[in-house]
Amino acid sequence: MRRAAVAIVGAAETTQLGKVPGLSQVGLHADAALNALADCGLKPADIDGIATGGHDVAEINQYLGISPTWYDGTSVGGCSFIALVRHAAAAIEAGLCSVVLITHGESGRSNHRAHRPIMPSMQQQEFEAIYGPLSPPLRFTLPVLRKMKEDGLTEEQLAMVAVVQREWAAFHPRATARDPITVDDVLGSRMIAYPFRKLMCCLVSDGGGALVLTSADRAKDFPTRPVYLRGTGGEGAEGPMVSQMESFSSSKAFRVSGTLAFETAGISHADVDHLMIYDAFAHLPIYGLEDLGFVGRGEAGAFISDGYTRPGGPLPLNTNGGGLSYMHSGMYGMYALQEAVRQMRGISPAQVPGARISMVHGVGGMFSAAATVVLTNENTW
Amino acid sequence: MTERPLPTIYPETRHYWEGAAAGKLLLQYCLDCRKPYFPPRPFCPLCGGRSVEIVEASGRGRLYSYTISHLPTPGYVPPFVVAVVMLEEGVKMLTNIVDCPQEPEALSLDMPLEVTFEERGGLSIPQFRPARSMP
Repeated sequence: MRRAAVAIVGAAETTQLGKVPGLSQVGLHADAALNALADCGLKPADIDGIATGGHDVAEINQYLGISPTWYDGTSVGGCSFIALVRHAAAAIEAGLCSVVLITHGESGRSNHRAHRPIMPSMQQQEFEAIYGPLSPPLRFTLPVLRKMKEDGLTEEQLAMVAVVQREWAAFHPRATARDPITVDDVLGSRMIAYPFRKLMCCLVSDGGGALVLTSADRAKDFPTRPVYLRGTGGEGAEGPMVSQMESFSSSKAFRVSGTLAFETAGISHADVDHLMIYDAFAHLPIYGLEDLGFVGRGEAGAFISDGYTRPGGPLPLNTNGGGLSYMHSGMYGMYALQEAVRQMRGISPAQVPGARISMVHGVGGMFSAAATVVLTNENTW
Repeated sequence: MTERPLPTIYPETRHYWEGAAAGKLLLQYCLDCRKPYFPPRPFCPLCGGRSVEIVEASGRGRLYSYTISHLPTPGYVPPFVVAVVMLEEGVKMLTNIVDCPQEPEALSLDMPLEVTFEERGGLSIPQFRPARSMP
């Protein structure tokens, strides 16, 4: 029997999500952090490890008044926070610190920020950006026509990703977009980057989230239901030039990260009760389902269209509505983690009855990086 | 209209742009792996070896994937195509597709393309257009 080593004991999003014009980016980090600390009854002085992505970790530290003995500023885009969960767990297990605060805040909509969250890439600028793909809708979507040709993925199947996730968002009072949509609505929405239409693209939101992690032994000292890490999780990377992806139909970073997460958790796909796959655009859950091995190559479009991931289906996926309907600040990974924690605590507005194991898989940059963690509400397995 | 972006050129990539200015599309080639690679760097990304040389590409390739941007972009008039070409030599490059209607009906995956050069800010930028003769 294995015992859990590390637990998430505090978790919260910012007080408001969506449009938060009254807070800057650092303010969103702090609002989320104070909410997460209140969630588990801690003060900033109780924290000795601090981590964030897309923002100078030292500034977050100073703003909150923390004196850390460990910090991590991994910034590879939206999956940074998922990677930081596994980095923090490793640090706690190694004795480098005892209570870690991971913060995210992003003024994606109101744009009260000092800089863009992802560091510039020299080669991406020199050999890609000069041709005009300056924004995520043009970079992230670039491989998809190739996948449609190789694997038979259709525009209707891409549209169904948005339709099904909107069904999940309807459960969440804090979701930005909750009204039902149809395939026709998606395919009739404004063209952004052919073949991607507006409703296949994520929201642009303000918000934040934070997590508090400590050793599983200490988890019982907190008022919240502990959510344990099972295994080490995984991470993988290719790089910021989407044109140089090894395959346009499958992400190597996803495969590497997912394989590690499954192997170290000692679980099979059938053990996963709840799944979050970062969806900046409608194709990402499709790549994710295939690259994590939940379905075979080329099968994920039909899997979603046939209802396997919708409310009442056997594999509940993106139960907050995802980046397409819940919110998307720019680096969405923190919100996927928050929904997984709610599910493992049994308090999600879209609660999956009896869920014991949740997998969270995220992408960073435009297929640049990936990270995966497995969360559970059981402390032994 | 705002100008199209210009590349920031570094010491390790200068040869590529000098080649483009002379009307040549240059790749690099690993003498150990015996494979070409792109983008430029002074070692092979497959093996880390420094025994590499600069080679001229045929300039022929096929349309590997693309998207058509409807977003405002400096120097570009939407809709415009952002594409990836698979060169005959087996390496992928990002490009625009020029001398071609910017619409799906004119763009089929794997259609043959050939290199051409766009003059921009004193530099020659490699671009691809539908091939005028089959390879």
